[in-house]
Amino acid sequence: MPEDAMIEAPIKTDVEALIKGKFGSKVVFRQNTKKNSKADNEGRRLYMDTDRDTLYELCQYVHDRLNFEHIISVTAVDWVDHMQTVYHITNYLTGMVVEITADIPNDDPHIRSVTDIWEGANWHEREAYELFGIIFDNHPKLERLLTPKSYEFYPFRKSYKLRGQPDE
Amino acid sequence: MSELSRTGYHTDKMWVTMGPQHPFSHGLWTLRVKVDGEYILDAEPEVGYLHRGWEKECENRTYAKIIPMADRLCYSASMTWSHLYCKVAEEALDVEVPERAQYLRVVADEICRIQSHLMWLAALGTDLGNLTIFLWCLREREFFLDLNVRLCGQRLTTNYPRIGGVRNDMPYYFERDCMRVVDRFENSLWDIINLTDESSVFVSRLKGISYLTKKQVANLGITGPAMRGCGVDYDVRRDDPYAAYDKLDFEVPVLKDGDAYARYRVRVEEMFQSCEIIRQAFNALQKIPKTAPYRLKVSKKIPAGTHMAHIEDPRGDALMYLVSDGSGSPYRLKVRSPVFVNVSASKAMLDGCRVADIPAVMAMIDMCLGETDR
Amino acid sequence: MGYDSILNWVTFDNPVDNAFYPFGVYNLPYDIGAKLWELLGGTIAWLINLLVPGNGLSTWLVSDALVNAFAIILMVLVIFAAGFVVNLTMIWQERKVMGRGMDRRGTKIGPLGYFQCLGDGLKTFMKENVVPKSVDKKIYWWALALIIGTAVLAACMIPLSDRWFIMDYPAGILMIYALFALAPFFILGASWAQNNKYSMIAGFRAAELMISYEIPMLILMTAVILQTGSFNINSIVNAQSEMWFMVPQILGFFTFFICAVAESERSPFDLAEAESELVEGWQTEYAGMKWGLIMLGDYFRGYVCCGLIVILYMGGWLLPFGYGGTAVPELVFLLRYSPCSSSS
Repeated sequence: MPEDAMIEAPIKTDVEALIKGKFGSKVVFRQNTKKNSKADNEGRRLYMDTDRDTLYELCQYVHDRLNFEHIISVTAVDWVDHMQTVYHITNYLTGMVVEITADIPNDDPHIRSVTDIWEGANWHEREAYELFGIIFDNHPKLERLLTPKSYEFYPFRKSYKLRGQPDE
Repeated sequence: MSELSRTGYHTDKMWVTMGPQHPFSHGLWTLRVKVDGEYILDAEPEVGYLHRGWEKECENRTYAKIIPMADRLCYSASMTWSHLYCKVAEEALDVEVPERAQYLRVVADEICRIQSHLMWLAALGTDLGNLTIFLWCLREREFFLDLNVRLCGQRLTTNYPRIGGVRNDMPYYFERDCMRVVDRFENSLWDIINLTDESSVFVSRLKGISYLTKKQVANLGITGPAMRGCGVDYDVRRDDPYAAYDKLDFEVPVLKDGDAYARYRVRVEEMFQSCEIIRQAFNALQKIPKTAPYRLKVSKKIPAGTHMAHIEDPRGDALMYLVSDGSGSPYRLKVRSPVFVNVSASKAMLDGCRVADIPAVMAMIDMCLGETDR
Repeated sequence: MGYDSILNWVTFDNPVDNAFYPFGVYNLPYDIGAKLWELLGGTIAWLINLLVPGNGLSTWLVSDALVNAFAIILMVLVIFAAGFVVNLTMIWQERKVMGRGMDRRGTKIGPLGYFQCLGDGLKTFMKENVVPKSVDKKIYWWALALIIGTAVLAACMIPLSDRWFIMDYPAGILMIYALFALAPFFILGASWAQNNKYSMIAGFRAAELMISYEIPMLILMTAVILQTGSFNINSIVNAQSEMWFMVPQILGFFTFFICAVAESERSPFDLAEAESELVEGWQTEYAGMKWGLIMLGDYFRGYVCCGLIVILYMGGWLLPFGYGGTAVPELVFLLRYSPCSSSS
């Protein structure tokens, strides 16, 4: 089998081995400890941590080589000391869902957009931008979507308090 | 989308704004289309009129209090959304739901799917100017809403699933009522199909518009019946089973045509499949003793960690991503709404269509603004 | 002169004897109009004469000239009222039939729900008369008046029998059709004047639709006229006393019927209204009673279409197979008219 051929329906161990071979220590696999999760037990979940420089390359690899055609969601989490983007990507044939997280420092909230790999990530990234202030480089149209254009703050950050929410 | 390369005259291009108050939009959203005469050159959906900060609100609430909020994500798919929320909380707690509750959830989900699809078909009828379909579908839908009332006391915002099970066991005679409704529905759905498929106007307004290829659909992230009408054979219920779906035998309708008519056919077929699933689920429920537990006691606090779950909503692939910090309320709860992504693809869907096709094409998204804007 | 009987003033003369009688043959609506005026004018004349015996005003009120003038006005009202009642019945029957098909009640007010349309009309009448700021006022109002005006005029021109007509033109059928075919111009004008993109797109659609279906309609009409050899409606109807034109021109009948449905913008040819994508079609900015009148005009156009079908293909007011006329030919006409309207 040639090096860059697409594997249509890779199983979990294949995915793990291939990514390990390609990216080495840049991608860290998170082991889950759930006993009762059906999907985990049957090998349909894979959790990976990576850094924001490897992310785009990893996504492209997962999309082109491992046939993960569909991005379910792109989201962001505000961990107060840093930001994080989370990607859920699935393969139609195996039903396997890959979760990729990438940390982003607070003072430089930039990450490469994956919209040119999956067009479906477009609005998710816009949403993450307007709600968390993460700037997706190379995004075709990074504008506010759900909130009014006049907003100058990012309402889903932990620093933005709702009425009734304690100030800590 | 490139400029249409049709010969003949061209008119001045103009942007037509449809919405937020518009007969086709079924909620508050705007579709701006650039037209050349009757031909659509460009489309730009605008959502967000209903943005409530749902995800942020959840960070303020205890886990149990989020269940009724999850109901309100979509008025016609409340059962699946609260099921999804309970499922992601169960993933986080790492508990296994009792078998009886699993089957009850399946039954409730499929009732929800049928009534949601009926609501969609009714809306499609009015979009295409056929009021008879609208009224007949709503008449059939009433029976399923009555089943909801029997099961959990509410017609729409059901508030039925609980973390670790369901709120109550099914009432006495519920199986009998449900089977009566389903048997009746399988016949009366044919009446509705006769109204739609036998009507050449209805069919010709759906056929041959809004073609999407398999690759496009995958790339655009379109999910649900809209995706299966384009030949992608993927259904979370079968490919990533949850609840008791792996123990049930059902088919996933997939059509390769890729036009709006195929999306319509897929939804109608799904209704038949849902009836079949309900029947099988009741057969399985009969084998489980009536005294079997339907709900687990679970802790009010969820240990720290990140968890995801996704299920097949009537509109597509719905995902929730929960970040818990060990306290009584979530640190972050992300909702991936299928409609949110489907509507972002409306430019590709409207490629090569005319103004008259807009309601038919957009109806195939099955718009629900509660979950789109959250 | 002592006590003066009212019967001296209300005499119910034969209208044909009127010196100014405008028609050659007997005209029923004119007769009704003349008698109505005699009742009204004669009573007034009698009352005035009681107060001031032998005055000139009373004699003038019942003179031939004034009776004729008022008879013509009342005659048009009578013809319009007949058309209006037919339209109300048509709307009622449409709503009732559709209601039954859709498993609901349809109309509910009055006996069998007949008065619902009157109630709806009253409600529309009470609505605020909203005129958007940015419309072209002159065309906005004129186009509206002309759309409704031509529709009602064409409807009044439909003769219900050889004694129920406004004018017995030699080219009567062309006259009706000319009035009928004017609408696209005004619709285009109205849609442009509203300064609204929906109504503009819909106006183009409506004009396109009407013009494209008028041509086959006119050709089919020519076929009937050629067979008859006359443009006169009476001649066309009389030519069908033995056999309806529906039989030799069966294809023409069906084509004409479909064209007529399209022409009156009924479903499935309602793409000009296109409620789901273009809100209310070219009438989007016409609110309140303006919209109500446009709806009424639309129904009058439907009335004209059905009337044309009855005249051209179904033998008008004559019984088929040479049985000739009946005592109330108008009823025969309308009875034939009703299946046309209910099927459209």
